[in-house]
Parts: sequence; C-alpha cells; structure tokens
Amino acid sequence: MEIKRIAKCGTFESNDIYVIVEPNSDGGVEINLESIVMKQFGEQIKKTIDETVKSFGIKSIKITAKDRGALDYTIKSRVETAIKRAL
Amino acid sequence: MINAALREIPEYIKGYGKVKPFEGAFKNINKAQKANVSLNCKSSNDDKVVSSIEEVLKKCGIRDGMTLSFHHHLRNGDYVLNMVMEEVARLGIKDIKVAASSIFPIHEPLVELIKSGVVTGIYTNYMSGPVAQAVSLGYLKYPAIMHTHGGRARAIESGDLHIDIAFIASPACDTYGNINGVEGRAACGSLGYAIPDAMYADRVVAITDNLLPYPLCPIEISQEYVDYIVAVEEIGDPKGIVSGTTKITKDPVGLKIAKLASSLIEESGLLKDGFSFQTGAGGTTLAVAAYVKEIMKRKNIKGSFAAGGITGYIVEMLEEGLFTSLFDVQCFDLKAVQSYRDNKNHQGMSASMYGNPHNKGAVVNMLDVMILGATEVDTDFNVNVTTGSDGFIMGGSGGHSDTAAGAKLSIVTTQLIKGRLPIVADRVTTVTTPGETIDAIVTERGIAINPKRKDLIEKLKGSKLPIMSIEELKNLAVKITGIPQRYENNGKIVGVVEYRDGTVIDVIRQVQ
Repeated sequence: MEIKRIAKCGTFESNDIYVIVEPNSDGGVEINLESIVMKQFGEQIKKTIDETVKSFGIKSIKITAKDRGALDYTIKSRVETAIKRAL
Repeated sequence: MINAALREIPEYIKGYGKVKPFEGAFKNINKAQKANVSLNCKSSNDDKVVSSIEEVLKKCGIRDGMTLSFHHHLRNGDYVLNMVMEEVARLGIKDIKVAASSIFPIHEPLVELIKSGVVTGIYTNYMSGPVAQAVSLGYLKYPAIMHTHGGRARAIESGDLHIDIAFIASPACDTYGNINGVEGRAACGSLGYAIPDAMYADRVVAITDNLLPYPLCPIEISQEYVDYIVAVEEIGDPKGIVSGTTKITKDPVGLKIAKLASSLIEESGLLKDGFSFQTGAGGTTLAVAAYVKEIMKRKNIKGSFAAGGITGYIVEMLEEGLFTSLFDVQCFDLKAVQSYRDNKNHQGMSASMYGNPHNKGAVVNMLDVMILGATEVDTDFNVNVTTGSDGFIMGGSGGHSDTAAGAKLSIVTTQLIKGRLPIVADRVTTVTTPGETIDAIVTERGIAINPKRKDLIEKLKGSKLPIMSIEELKNLAVKITGIPQRYENNGKIVGVVEYRDGTVIDVIRQVQ
C-alpha cells in the first residue's frame, strides 16, 4: 500500500498520541518521535509504530508522533487510523 | 557506601562535605544541642526602620559567602526573595547561599544569579520551576541541599544551617519589628516556617508593604528577634499567594482512590473520638478529607485536631465541630487566612513545633492519620516526591517525611499509572521518604499494606478492600504499561537529600 497524502490522528491530551503520516520522498520508514516517557518507553513506542506500519505492507512513509504517555493499543489505533486516512 | 534506604551514596560529596548516611527513621532521635545566637542589642534610642534594601544589606554587613534565608508563605506570589537578591547582585556580592524554605516558578531570576556565581548554594525543602530545572542541569556550583520542613527547623536550631541574614516577608509589621501575616494586601496567615529563621539568624530583616504604628496586634513574630525593617511597595502578588490546588478532585480515578483510602482509615480502627488527621492540598487528598468527613458525621465522631498547611476545606470541618482545633504552619487559601485570624481554635505553629525530630515533641508525633502523595513508590515502600521519572527535580519532601514518621497510619494515595509510567516500581528515582515510615499505598486498582505493619494486616483480615502485596500492585501496573527501560545516571551530584535528622538518604544526579 502507498501513502498518498498527509493525514493525522490523535490529540495532545494526556495518555494520547498525536500522529502525522506523510509520503516519504526518500523512501523507507522514517519515524520521528517525541515522548514524555522517551527514556523509559521510547524504543517500545517506535517498535509499536513500526509493527503497525508493517502490518499494512507499507514500505515508504514518514511518521511524526508526539506522545503524551499513550499505551500500546492507543498508539496502534492512532497510527492505523492516520494511515487509513492517508491511503 | 550503602545507607539504610539501600541507596549507594558517597562518603564525601564535594561542596557538601562528609556524609552522615541515613541509618533508619528513628535511629537519631535521642539527644540534641541547640546553637548559640549572637546578636546586636538595641537600646531605646535605636531606630529599626531602614529606607532601602541596599541600606539594610550594608547595615547587616553583607559580604561574599553569606547565607541568606527566606520563607515561602507568599508561595508563587513572593516578590521578596527576588527583590533582595537583585540588590545583592547589584552590590557585586558573590557566592551567596540561598536558604529558602521553598522555591517556586516566580523565583526564576535566581537562575541568572546561579549562572553568574552570585548564588552558589541552595538549601530548600521543595523547589519547582526554572530554578529546579537549572539545578537539575548542573548550573549550581555546590549541590543543592534538600531538607524536610521539620528537618530545616532542626538544621537551623542545631546550627547545621547557620543563617547570616533572614528576610521575613511581612504582610503587617510595626515600626519596632512586630510581625503578623493576617493583615494587609499580602495577608498569608500563619508564618510558621519563618519562625526558626527569626529566632536563630544573626540578623533578621522584616520586609513589609504594610508598615503600621507600634504596637501591632496580634503578634506572630515579635520585636525581640527583628533587627531592621524595610518598607517596600509590594511584598507579593495576592493572586499567587493563594494556592490553586485547594479544590476537591472531580476526576473519577482520584475519587475512587480517595474513597478506598477513607474506607481503609475507617477499618484501621483509628477513626474514633479524638481522631487527628492531616492531608496535603492536592485534589485527591482533599477528597479523602471529604469522605472522612462523611464518615465522621455519620458515626457522630468528634476529632481532636487537624494539622499542616491548612485549606478552607479543613476549616469547614473545624467550624462544623468535627475537630476541636487546627495547627497551622501555612495557610493555603483565603478562607484559611480568615479563620486563622478570627478563630482562636485555629492555632499557629512553627516549623519546629510541626515536624522537628530534635525538639521535645513535634505535632506530627500526635497525628493518627496522614494522607500523602507520591511521584513514585518502590516495592520497599520508599516514596519519591523530589524528582520526576525523568530525573528533574520537581518538588521535595516538604512535610512528607516528617508526617510519615510521626503518624500512626501514613497512607500514600496515588494513581497506579500516570502518563504510561507505572508509579509502583522496583526502584524509585530518588528516595524522599523511607519505606519503613509508610504504612499503606492506596491506588485505584488495589491497596498494599507494609508487611512491617502486622497489626494492621491482622486488623484488615476479612476486609472487602482490594488488599494485595506491593509486588502484585507493581505487576498490575507493568502489565498495562509494559516494562520501562532502566537507565543508570552516573552524572555529577547536583542535590543531596537530607532526611529530617540530617543524615543523607539519597543524592540527585545531573540530568544527562
């Protein structure tokens, strides 16, 4: 599947994550993450985002995520919705 | 070396000195000495009123390396600390130690003075905002020393913390140095934290925006302690003086925690005639008070006292006859200020009377139940209220450790998870209050009782409360959040956390 346009999902509320997806002209999966729990969960959040992207078979995408302490299922659903809006 | 809270601390800390390790909460309560005070006496033709801060600094013999003290009753509306330090800087003075009972965001100008070497040391019981950030990032020359409210009084009275000049923000002051906190536009109520400073500093300066003819009535800090008086335009912003935190939470999670805590208090057997109680001013702890109030009314229980920083909510409980009296070291809102002024059963107390372990008995020793907050709790029941999980200083003990040690039942109320962080963890970032003084942790998903409290566990057998071990509570949290990555911080020491007896319970390291 291919990312065709910029799309976003989520809020800046506590325990949510704000996700922007857009086409990546350089190719590949690029994740830019900011998180209030970067030290403790940064790797885990990137992994969850990456897995969600891969489950769509997407090879080229740029994701900007601003995390306010979201749990994995929230991250997954925000990323999934943003992707579906961008297809 | 490893101290009794199982923290690795150095034997010597540069800029602090030789470390006395924490040995246990009740190991150093035996004999104590109080410091001698040297003073300049006044005769009948001495005038105490001085025209400016500059002049008073010169009269007090300001010089490099001095320790200047401030108290925090004007909270985030305080102008006095900034106004004095600005003048100190202007006079070209360096290497000042600021002993402020708390530091708030309004004290941001200190950051520049720290960077320029005007201020090289800080003693405080609590700090938040830009100064706390700057200290966390390593800008202060010497490690900041974090006291408890009672521990600060102990340090001042023993001479461990020698104050050269104390500045008393005075909402009302007469021309001979009698001070109270209940009159004037910056009325803040009790001046409890300033009392040890007034009694033990070499020089004491009242800064007031309400200079009144002699004699003032009532008197909270008397003329016998005050050297000089300076009248200024404004000592503080009344809007910042009154805390914004004194409302009962509407958050359903907070209310559930409060409900569980109040049930625990009821089942502990302590809630009977003569009951004594303290809460902080946070929304959840206030909700505990609301539920306790319901139970007291339902069962027609008449308590003895409530203590601490006093809120309007606790005042209402006094006025409804649920407590005989209040002990007040600091008023959190205008209703508390009015009550403290008008109701003779609403008594003031000094920081020493409140929580000093080295006097002949502090009020905390008479507490039945204390409701506390937490940033983190570990499986040994140690509590952190000093640093965030990111390592930045964002608070401090205040009265946390003092009341936990004194109360018969000290209950920590906290959400199990905050912003994905499990609050109950294997290890807290910083130990503020030792686990041996914490009896129960109440979260929305369960209650853990300290295994040391066999009597309480026995009493709660057959209880319908969701009681579980602290490990179970931790696992419950981690199941939801995932296991946080651990990171070791070996940065330089930027803060020393002293327990109330002056021993070192933990150190704070520079945020990387």
